[in-house]
Order: sequence, then C-alpha cells, then structure tokens
Amino acid sequence: MGFFWTIVALVVLLGLSWRYLGSYLAAVFDGRVHFLAPIERGIYRVVGVDPEHEQSWQRYASSLVIFSAISIGFTYLIFRLQGSLPLNPQHLGALPPVLSFNTATSFVTNTNWQNYAGETTMSYFSQIVALTTQQFVTPAVGIAVAIALVRGFSRHGTSTIGNFWVDITRCLLYVLIPIAFCFGIVFVAQGGVQTLAGPVNIHNHLNGVTQTIPRGPIAFMESIKQLGTNGGGFLNANSAAPFENPTGLTNFLSIYLVLVLPFSLTYTFGKMVGSVRHGATLLAAMVIIFGCWVGYTSYAEHQGNPAVAAAGVHQSTGNTEGKEVRFGDTSSALFGVASTSTSTGSANSSYDSFTPMGGMGLMTGMMLGEVTPGGDGSGLYTILIYAIVAVFIGGLMIGRTPEFLGKKIQAREIKLAGLASLVMPLTVLILTAIAVSVHAGRAGPLNAGPHGFSEILYALTSQGNNNGSAFAGLSGNTAFYNIVGAIDMLIGRFVIIVPALALGGALAEKHPVPTSVGTFRTDTPMFVGLTIGVILIIGGLTFFPAVSLGPIVEQLSHHRFF
Amino acid sequence: MLILLRRSVVFAVVMMAGTLVYAFIGTGVAQLFFKNQANGSITANGSTLIGQNWKSPAFFHGRPDDAGPYAANAAKHISGGDNPLVANGVPGSSGATNLGPRSKVLLNNTRALVAYWHSMGVNPTPDLVTTSGSGYDPDISPADATAEIPMVAKATGIAPGTLATLIKKETHGPQFGFLGASYIDVLQLNEALVALEHR
Repeated sequence: MGFFWTIVALVVLLGLSWRYLGSYLAAVFDGRVHFLAPIERGIYRVVGVDPEHEQSWQRYASSLVIFSAISIGFTYLIFRLQGSLPLNPQHLGALPPVLSFNTATSFVTNTNWQNYAGETTMSYFSQIVALTTQQFVTPAVGIAVAIALVRGFSRHGTSTIGNFWVDITRCLLYVLIPIAFCFGIVFVAQGGVQTLAGPVNIHNHLNGVTQTIPRGPIAFMESIKQLGTNGGGFLNANSAAPFENPTGLTNFLSIYLVLVLPFSLTYTFGKMVGSVRHGATLLAAMVIIFGCWVGYTSYAEHQGNPAVAAAGVHQSTGNTEGKEVRFGDTSSALFGVASTSTSTGSANSSYDSFTPMGGMGLMTGMMLGEVTPGGDGSGLYTILIYAIVAVFIGGLMIGRTPEFLGKKIQAREIKLAGLASLVMPLTVLILTAIAVSVHAGRAGPLNAGPHGFSEILYALTSQGNNNGSAFAGLSGNTAFYNIVGAIDMLIGRFVIIVPALALGGALAEKHPVPTSVGTFRTDTPMFVGLTIGVILIIGGLTFFPAVSLGPIVEQLSHHRFF
Repeated sequence: MLILLRRSVVFAVVMMAGTLVYAFIGTGVAQLFFKNQANGSITANGSTLIGQNWKSPAFFHGRPDDAGPYAANAAKHISGGDNPLVANGVPGSSGATNLGPRSKVLLNNTRALVAYWHSMGVNPTPDLVTTSGSGYDPDISPADATAEIPMVAKATGIAPGTLATLIKKETHGPQFGFLGASYIDVLQLNEALVALEHR
C-alpha cells in the first residue's frame, strides 16, 4: 500500500514540475529570467563572453569539447596532487594515474562510474572541487546541448543555435545551484552529514564496540548528485549509506530529483517549438516505457532471492540481500529503475544482488539508450534523435519525404541520427566482446557463471550510456577496465553530442514547409507508439543476444548455483 | 582556438571556486541549524545511523553485516559486509557483498547464518540472513526484532510479552505513513532494553 501512495505522490509532484518547471526552463534559456543578473554579468565579463553573440553549431561544439577536455585535465591534476592540497583530514595520498584518468573522464562525461571507494580514497577537496564541480557542470552541458538541438526546430533560416557559455551559465545559476541548495538543506535536516571535520571515533560501553566513522561534506553533494543525474556518491555504498540517504523521505526525494529535469525538459521542448502537444508526445513515450520497467522490476524483486530460498528461508518481504531495511524491496527497485533509466547510476541497494530478472530490468533500462526519461538534457536530445528515426520510418511507410515539426528530414539528418543512435550499441557490444576475450577482462568479475558475464556487460553498458551504476562485484580498478571504461565513456558522451549539435545546426538553416493533409502527424498516439517501437527495436534487438547470455540464462538455471 | 582555451580555463576555475563556496555555505547552514544531523547523529553510544556488532544474546542483533557468522565460511569471498568501520582510527569503506542471486557463496553463507540463528534459538527472517546495501544497516524490521525475542528473553530473563511491547514502542512507521518501510533502530532498541533491565 505504501508503494502505491509513493507512486501517486511521485506522479503528482512530477506532473506539477513538468508543467511549471518545464515552462520556467524555457524562460531561462530564452533569457527571460534575471534574478541573479549581476552574478551572471560578472561571469560573462570574467570569462570574456558577449551574451548577445550567438554561435554556429561548429563553434558551439568546439567550445563544448575544448571545455570538457580542460575539465578532464583539471580534475586529473587534482587527483594527482591530492596529497599536497588542503581539506584532507585523513591525509589521503594521490590517486594512481590510470584511476585518476578513469575518474576524471567519468565525472566530466556525467557518468560517475567509480573505480574507487570514496571515503578511503578522496579528500574533501577532491570530493568538492573535482567531483561536485563536475556534478554541476555536466548536467548544464547536457541541457545546453538539448536546448541547442531544440532551437534547430524552433528557428528558421539561421546558422546559429545559441551561445554555449550563456546556456551553461544560465542553467547553473537559475536552475541547478538553487534547487540543489534547497534540497541539500532537506537532506541535512533528515540526517545527511555535512561537515569539514574528519572521521569520528566512538566507543559503545554497552557492547564494547569501537568504530571509526567516516564523515564529510556529503549532503550538499547528494542533492546535486541526484538532480544532475550524476550518481557518484561521497561514500562507497552510495545512496544505501545512511549518511547519504538517511530516511524514506530522502529516498523519495532522491527518486524525484533524478526524474524531474529529464521529464520536465519535454515540456520545455514543446513550449520552445510552439507545440506543447509535441512535448507531451515524447513524455508519453518515456512514461509508458518507464512505467513498464518499474512494474516489471519491482515484481521481480518481490519474488525473493533464489539463494536465500534454497537455504530454506521463507521470503515474504522480497529480495533483501543488499537492500536496506528502511527502504524495503519495492522502493529499492523503484530507485534502481529511476537511476538506470536516467543517466544517474546512484544506488540505494546492491544491484549485483538483484534477482536475475530484476537485474535485467536495470541493465535494459540503460540499453534503451537512456531515453526513458534519460539524463539531464541527454535524455531529450537522444529521444529527439530516436523521434527523427521514427519520422523517417513513418515516412517510408506512407511514401512521403518525412517532416518533423515542419522541417524536412533529409539524407544529412538521417545520417547524423543514424550515427548518434548506433554508436552506443556498437561501442558497448564491441568492448564487451573484447573484455570477455582477454584475460585482463575475464579476471574482473566476482561472481561465477552467467552472473560474471552480466557484471562485465553491465559495466560496459553503464559506462557507454554515461550511467555509472554497477554490478559492483566487478573489480574495475585495473589498468584494463580503467582505460577501456574511459574510452567507452568518452565515445558514449561526445560521439552523440557532436552529431546532435550538427543536427541542430542543419535544422536551424531549414525553412518550414507548410502542414498539409498529407503531412505525417508527429503529435498523436500513433507517433508515440512508433517512437516506442524504434526505442525498443534499437535497444531490444541489438542487445537481446548479449542479455540472453547473462540474466536470461541465469533466470533459467533452476536449482543451479555457480 | 586560443580564445576558446582561455575561456574554458577561466570558466573551469570560476566553477571550481563557485562549488567551493557552495559547499562552505552549505556546511555553514548545516552546522548552524542541524548541528546534530550534520555531524553524524552521534549519541552517547554511537551514531544512530551506523549499525554495530552486537555479539551478546542479551542484546537485539542487527543484520549480519559484521564478520561474525561469516568468519568460518569462505570469508575471503566477501568484499563488503565485514564490519567495515574498523577501530584503528582509519575508517574502512561501506558496501555490500555484491554476491549474485545464484551465487554458491551466498547460498553457503545463508545456510551458515540460518544454522547460527537456530543455535541462538531464533527462527530467522530474510533480513537476519542477508546483508545490507551499506554494510552497516542500523535498522531491523519489527518482524526481525520479534523473531529475536526468544534469544533475548532467555539471556536477560525479561518476559517475551514485555519485549514485544518494547519493540512496538521503538518501531518507527513509514514517514508520513507511506514513505519507506517500518523499522527499528537497533542501537536505540538496545538502549531502551538496558533501561528496562535497570528499572
């Protein structure tokens, strides 16, 4: 019953946010929000940007790529110099080079894959200045790309799609920082830790236990970790750790924060192109798939753990291995689906210990390309790419030149959309094949049998989709996984972003064609179905053979343990 | 190209400084208004948010995140869940066992835990034979605590009915009636149990 009301509360809150936050976002990117104008102007002056000057897509993309490269460099340097930097009460030393490279790439690509345990590896300085900074910047970059692509639809006969520096500055100042700050206060009030003091020693005279408890500036990182669909927590156990996610309320707010921007951006899209109906169409496709995945995964987790059942324990409370008592099984499954269907990857339970079918729910949520609803910005630009493919297929069926929002979709657009939608499955599958073929790759998994394969497939899927969650039994902190993972993350981020911006540029130049009776409608339930079909076919069919070797074999191995 | 490099460097530096300010202001607000929570909810006997190892049958036990029953059974396969907060002044990392649903190790561990609980006179619930996500779950469910009543009653001599009342009193319902599950903080439950014994 509690789960039912959780869903109702989530739907109501997200529905209101979709309408009002979505509309607010459109105002932010149209430059109609000014309440921090002095700070905004100050940043433009220091950085040397003229806010009135717009960029071509090439200029937009090169700003983004160079800025990201510089960010990787700075983040890498902080890890390497950690021992000499301040705010380091545990006197933690520098990270090794390959781990620094993997982690820097991971946070700059909005992935937040973590081959380290935060509380024993990262100083407070690294957590704040290297990691939290990227948790603010990367969702702003993702949203900026989405907005630039949307401008391609809303503008006609122009060669510019906005200004990268202005878009990320506005997104940070008017959206991410204020919301993250407010929710940070709620997380602290509920029990989230926020201190610059070091670990604390306590002794319990009742049972003679002495503990050294790690602390740090956790709660205010937690809010942007979720809001920014980042997912990289302060502590190794991520949102399962009570200091990050202390109560049922913070767990619920985490799920809300993860979903709010990706869903709301579809309204922003509709508003900016002058047809909220089109935004609702994309929203419907996202919600239908997301709803199915939540139902399926929660059901799978409620069935209980096969190993626990085989040990003769009756499980009326579902699969409890790797889950926290205060959340329960279904809320953990809901959190897991929200985290993997967006590009977040935070975890309030051990995904590795999910049932075979529950784990498959999480894995396939990522394999659909992170569009249900996907990451901040990345969800919108990726589903728009899928929608263009859907328009193309629809156009082929009725034998007309396809159009989307009055823009003709021609060879150039289809090539770009094809590139952007195929690069992720190709990268993930090829790298998985390499990992299972070489000794260094096969040495990674903790679990034996099909679950070991699932751990490898999950890791490369997660990094290729910039998700960052893990079947965490995999020992990822090796030269092989650090380097392969970094390549996976870079391709999964930038080889989709650049074609998306090129699409925006190409579309912005086109003049609209008038709607006629022969126009293929793209704001109908029919088109929702077509888009869902494209998402499921690209994700489902390309990954089905791989998934059947992992979770499906595992599910079918009745009474066998590995 | 050069101007892009310059802008990127300056923007990155501005953002790093900005995040530092964000974290400092956040810490200030937290320490000013929520001092107890912000410092880890530390009470006289430990943090109410961090599980502990209760070995004596005279106390209610938390989930088996500590090494206890695992020690004799393939302990080297356990990557987490082994009482991570070691007491030498250096904190260990949190984390789950990450054992898969068809793991032989998990099956053997679970069997060992079932045998352990039976030897304590307890018919275990699923929570009591599985480890948590954090590796130091501070809570158990009311059903878990109820299952432990025979063990605690035998060791302390307190009547099972009295313990059941205590459990009921220490149970936190879901927040606002629907968020999360019912739980009992093991530390608070045992402190209440000690208070009961001394009365």
